[in-house]
Amino acid sequence: MKLEVAQREVSRFGALYIVEARFRNMFKWRSAIITAAILNPVLYLLSVGVGIGSLVNAKQGVGGVDGVQYLTFLAPALLASAAIQGAIDEVTFPTLQGFKWAKNFFAMNSTPITGNQIALGVYIAALGRTFVTVVIYWLILLIAGALPTGTAWLAMFIAMLAGGAFGSIMLYLTSKVEKEDFFLTAIGRLIIMPLFLFSGTFYPLSSMPLILQPIGWISPLWHATELGRYFTYGHSISGLMIGVHFIFLASLLALGLKLAFRNFTKRLSK
Amino acid sequence: MIGATLQRSSGELAVLGKDPEKFGPQIRAHLGVVPQQDNLDSELTVRENLYIYGRYFGLSKKFLIPKIQELLEFAQLEEKRDVKVEALSGGMKRRLTIARALVSEPEILMLDEPTTGLDPQARHILWDRLFRLKEMGVTLLLTTHFMDEAEQLCQRLIVMDKGKIMAEDSPAELIRKYVTKEVLELRFGSDKNSQYVDQLQQKCDRIEQLPDRILLYTNDGETLLTEIIGSGLHPITSLVRRSSLEDVFLRLTGRSLIE
Repeated sequence: MKLEVAQREVSRFGALYIVEARFRNMFKWRSAIITAAILNPVLYLLSVGVGIGSLVNAKQGVGGVDGVQYLTFLAPALLASAAIQGAIDEVTFPTLQGFKWAKNFFAMNSTPITGNQIALGVYIAALGRTFVTVVIYWLILLIAGALPTGTAWLAMFIAMLAGGAFGSIMLYLTSKVEKEDFFLTAIGRLIIMPLFLFSGTFYPLSSMPLILQPIGWISPLWHATELGRYFTYGHSISGLMIGVHFIFLASLLALGLKLAFRNFTKRLSK
Repeated sequence: MIGATLQRSSGELAVLGKDPEKFGPQIRAHLGVVPQQDNLDSELTVRENLYIYGRYFGLSKKFLIPKIQELLEFAQLEEKRDVKVEALSGGMKRRLTIARALVSEPEILMLDEPTTGLDPQARHILWDRLFRLKEMGVTLLLTTHFMDEAEQLCQRLIVMDKGKIMAEDSPAELIRKYVTKEVLELRFGSDKNSQYVDQLQQKCDRIEQLPDRILLYTNDGETLLTEIIGSGLHPITSLVRRSSLEDVFLRLTGRSLIE
């Protein structure tokens, strides 16, 4: 009788039990996580925001970049990329661990927990940690005076959406990895870094040669940055484009999760 | 497949009366699984491992706290309760994996080579624990390469070779059916063994010549040995021993290496 009840709980809340286990794991790394969450924005703001910013501001004059100070222009892009990086870290490592190194996904799957629930649990936990990173980043940006408008808090959710979209795709790709040797390095150097540089992060996408602009269009970071700028300083984009950005990010997120669910279940059952 | 996680290529299967491909989670709720390779969460402590695993079965904290205490005692890991798993020895990890599989009070406990790689002390502690479980009424489903382990723990034994069932019975019955009561092992020196085989063949039920020794299967080893010495043969060493499951296994699956 008791067991029947417990079983119903698992089919309903199974993913949350995985989240609970993941949080316990992350808690062991809490000081590293918090330190990185603080140091990352501080270093970027000082070096790029203030250092390069003073050069850019001096050259651009009162007009600034896109009508604002360089730091303000840069802030939403940095916030979104920090969210993406955080989400990637927390989906790739536990997934490789779970399928390959410690194989603890197989332990989870020998209980009533299903492959879908494991994927969803790892994903939600990753976003939980990402949220901590994003809030800290946002507060530091606020203190630095890079968030002038009243709607700037919405940039946190845009950043989460970017992290969620990238995170779900990475969750799927990592679950496909049989040999991890160069996977993470390759993804970091060949995908994340170029997207970071070519997504209108440091200067408007429109100031790039037309031939390079499509890199931005397919990049979740560019879509999130456009939305973030709209909310943090009133960057002008059309209502249509706001819709496009949202739909792009949301579709990517849904697609990644769907593929991840399917592949987790498949890999655990063979 | 019996663990209700892997898909089968063909055939019918029922575990606890249900089809595992349709009722995976429902069946798994009643199973305890001890895989060949420990897949504990190495960053978490002993206690946390038991706790989160219990949570995967949807068990409440109220149920789990006394249960974990009981399992720590059972697995003799009380002193290690707050130690990270990565710092445990192989035997401790194995006991923890077994304790973990018991957290949901399963009806069937599946163990894949539970004592492989353990030292004799650790192995005997494990056997003792597994025997207690058997006494408590838990069904143990065990795969092993160690015939003494099978002899100690199993009531019903299936010998498998290349995916085929070669024999099925209780350990004692298998010995009775497939080998004689005793085995006499003789050594005449590696080069000389073969020249005596023909002479010895008539004296026993079955003879087997190995590179280093000759095995004679008989129901009375001592008498046979006296008879052989009486007939003027002088082996360098001789040993009379009881037949074991190992003899049955080797008889059924052959002596060549299974790769």
